[in-house]
Amino acid sequence: MKIRATAAIMECLLEQEVDTVFGYPGGAILNVYDELYNYRDRIRHILTSHEQGASHAADGYARATGKVGVCFATSGPGATNLTTGIATAYMDSSPVVFLTCNVGEPYLGKDSFQEVDITGIAMPITKATYLVRDANTIPDVMREAFAVAATGRPGPVLIDFLKNVTAPSVMIDYEFVPWTQNRRLGHIQALANAHELKAPEPNQDDIDTLVDMLAESKRPLLICGGGVVRGRAHKEFRELAEKLDAPVAITVMGGGGFPGDHPLATGMIGMHGSKASNVACDECDLLLAVGCRFTDRVALQPETFAAQAKIVQIDIDRSEIDKNVLTDHHIVGNARRVLEQLNGKVGTFHHPEWKEHILPLRAPSVPRESEKLTPKQALEVIRRMVPEDTIVATDVGQHQMWSIQHFHFTYPGQLLTSGGFGTMGFGLGAAIGAQVAFPEKRVIHTTGDGCFRMNCHELATVEHYHLPIITVIFNNGTLGMVRQWQHLIYHERYSETTLDRGPDFVKLAEAYGLKGFRVTTQEEMKEAVQAALDAGCGCVIDCVLDMDEMVRPMVAGGAHITDFLLH
Amino acid sequence: MKQTISVLVENQAGVLNRITNLFARRAFNIESLAVGTTDDPTISRITIIVDSGNSVVEQVEKQLNKLIDVIKVRTLDERNLIGRELVLIKVNATSKTRQDIMTICELMGARVADISPSSLTLELSDTPDRIEVFEDMLRPFSIKALARTGVIALQKGSSNI
Repeated sequence: MKIRATAAIMECLLEQEVDTVFGYPGGAILNVYDELYNYRDRIRHILTSHEQGASHAADGYARATGKVGVCFATSGPGATNLTTGIATAYMDSSPVVFLTCNVGEPYLGKDSFQEVDITGIAMPITKATYLVRDANTIPDVMREAFAVAATGRPGPVLIDFLKNVTAPSVMIDYEFVPWTQNRRLGHIQALANAHELKAPEPNQDDIDTLVDMLAESKRPLLICGGGVVRGRAHKEFRELAEKLDAPVAITVMGGGGFPGDHPLATGMIGMHGSKASNVACDECDLLLAVGCRFTDRVALQPETFAAQAKIVQIDIDRSEIDKNVLTDHHIVGNARRVLEQLNGKVGTFHHPEWKEHILPLRAPSVPRESEKLTPKQALEVIRRMVPEDTIVATDVGQHQMWSIQHFHFTYPGQLLTSGGFGTMGFGLGAAIGAQVAFPEKRVIHTTGDGCFRMNCHELATVEHYHLPIITVIFNNGTLGMVRQWQHLIYHERYSETTLDRGPDFVKLAEAYGLKGFRVTTQEEMKEAVQAALDAGCGCVIDCVLDMDEMVRPMVAGGAHITDFLLH
Repeated sequence: MKQTISVLVENQAGVLNRITNLFARRAFNIESLAVGTTDDPTISRITIIVDSGNSVVEQVEKQLNKLIDVIKVRTLDERNLIGRELVLIKVNATSKTRQDIMTICELMGARVADISPSSLTLELSDTPDRIEVFEDMLRPFSIKALARTGVIALQKGSSNI
């Protein structure tokens, strides 16, 4: 059947069961948006204030749902505005397909208006990029892009269409093939053979070896990494942890992979890890990390990391094995598949002495009593008042660490945070993506005054689409995390971190047609959260905090994991 | 330790860019790189020599394997490979020195590619070690220009990638 090339783009989205896209139109992508108009009853487009917001929203949508997010942008500045969002998705293995359009063939390479080599720019921050110069390749490229984004270790993919390829007069052959079947077509098949587009089946001998190692271990520690979340292996992971009766440390990306309030959970590990997690890491005799790449924020000092332990890594990406920390054993495969098979073979153990030693080291999370509102109090108020399945999107910095320390995430996709790239301004976009995906759920966006200023224009999107997102600003008038480093390491030389400036966030919220609250005490916080929950619209709660609040505990970068700079 | 990595890739625009980009981003140093098509015109072979430890080479191989355009990656067995490089050397040559240069050429199995009253341009296809010897022998005559292709390599015997 002959259809318009742009219609083929839309049909290919429908093949993938895409019903929501995020984006921002412009000159080069006009033809695609014109076609989208025909499909507006089947594909919902969320128009953001800025392409970066759209990129984070598509990413947040992907993280919350486990599906592939889709984001549109035009050529040139539209495309480059996506790059922070693409890199954010790449570092956290979030599957997003970015569709951009470029100038037409005759203008390519001529430094034409709004021309940029986005496929070149995006190369190191995507799994693959495609430049579509021939309309006939559209179905193949679209199908391949979705397959690449979603399979193996997920990640972002970018497709750049030349404008002439999308011209309304261009007709191509197209036949609807549902995504479950189109992976057997054309180039994807060859690709699947060469690249293990499906994760490799775990090796049985490797699993047997691990079963033996687990049986011998007296002091096992599990690390729940982002792979558990991305692979939706939370049930299997929990079963394993309970069978092994082993403490579980959770990385930033692992939030939601293992219930934070589980009796075996020891909290975060690494730079802002709990004493329980970090000491357990230092003293365990077997460290089993699932879907964790041992970044410099976890394995702060790779040479002494878990020095007494045999280190075992389970990861879907072969290149992660032995990349940062040398392992004693590894299994390559999808976390869920590996854990399923492992659970079938591993016995049940009890480690009362080991648990007795580690678990009491968990810091009591009793908020300090104080007249002025403290971050812990604010989070405690929110945690008590919101539904248990509330999705939390964070920005980056102190509030991010506090949020992860204080909320107990129980399912994958409940915590949306930029762990790898550390993107300030990620949170509001991500919250929009999550709220669009789950209109019935409560979405909280925690942010700092620095982060919020970066993308607060997305409040317009919140208002327009009637998204009842509650933004909580941890407003300490400073770039808190950087100030913390300046305080501890740079001899209190607070170079350019004090944010003693506007806007008035309450008035800003009101200017966008939302509700704003300013709180300075725990009581006011309770009232504001209740009012926000009842408001039925987006709200901003501006929590005025002391600028010298610090994230505790803390181990300096590159230091031994139990050498706490702050307790 | 020098190691030779042979990579089969889709013969498409931007693929070489993607590969060199990966080397730059991961801070792997390329000692030499040579690209050309194979018997199948849709597939190119890239031969890369890296001078790094085993763990780095292992990372290179794993990272290359992840690229969509890469079909196959193999680190060649150093004791069992045929590696060849082509060099063109333009050297000062007068009627006085020409004969001495020709003697070196004969000994090394090099050919004369071009001649002028004041110069000789020589070509030699050989292993990188012997090419270096050749270069050292010619240096006293004053080398005016030199171009090397980078090593291409195949495994000996019937094994294949």
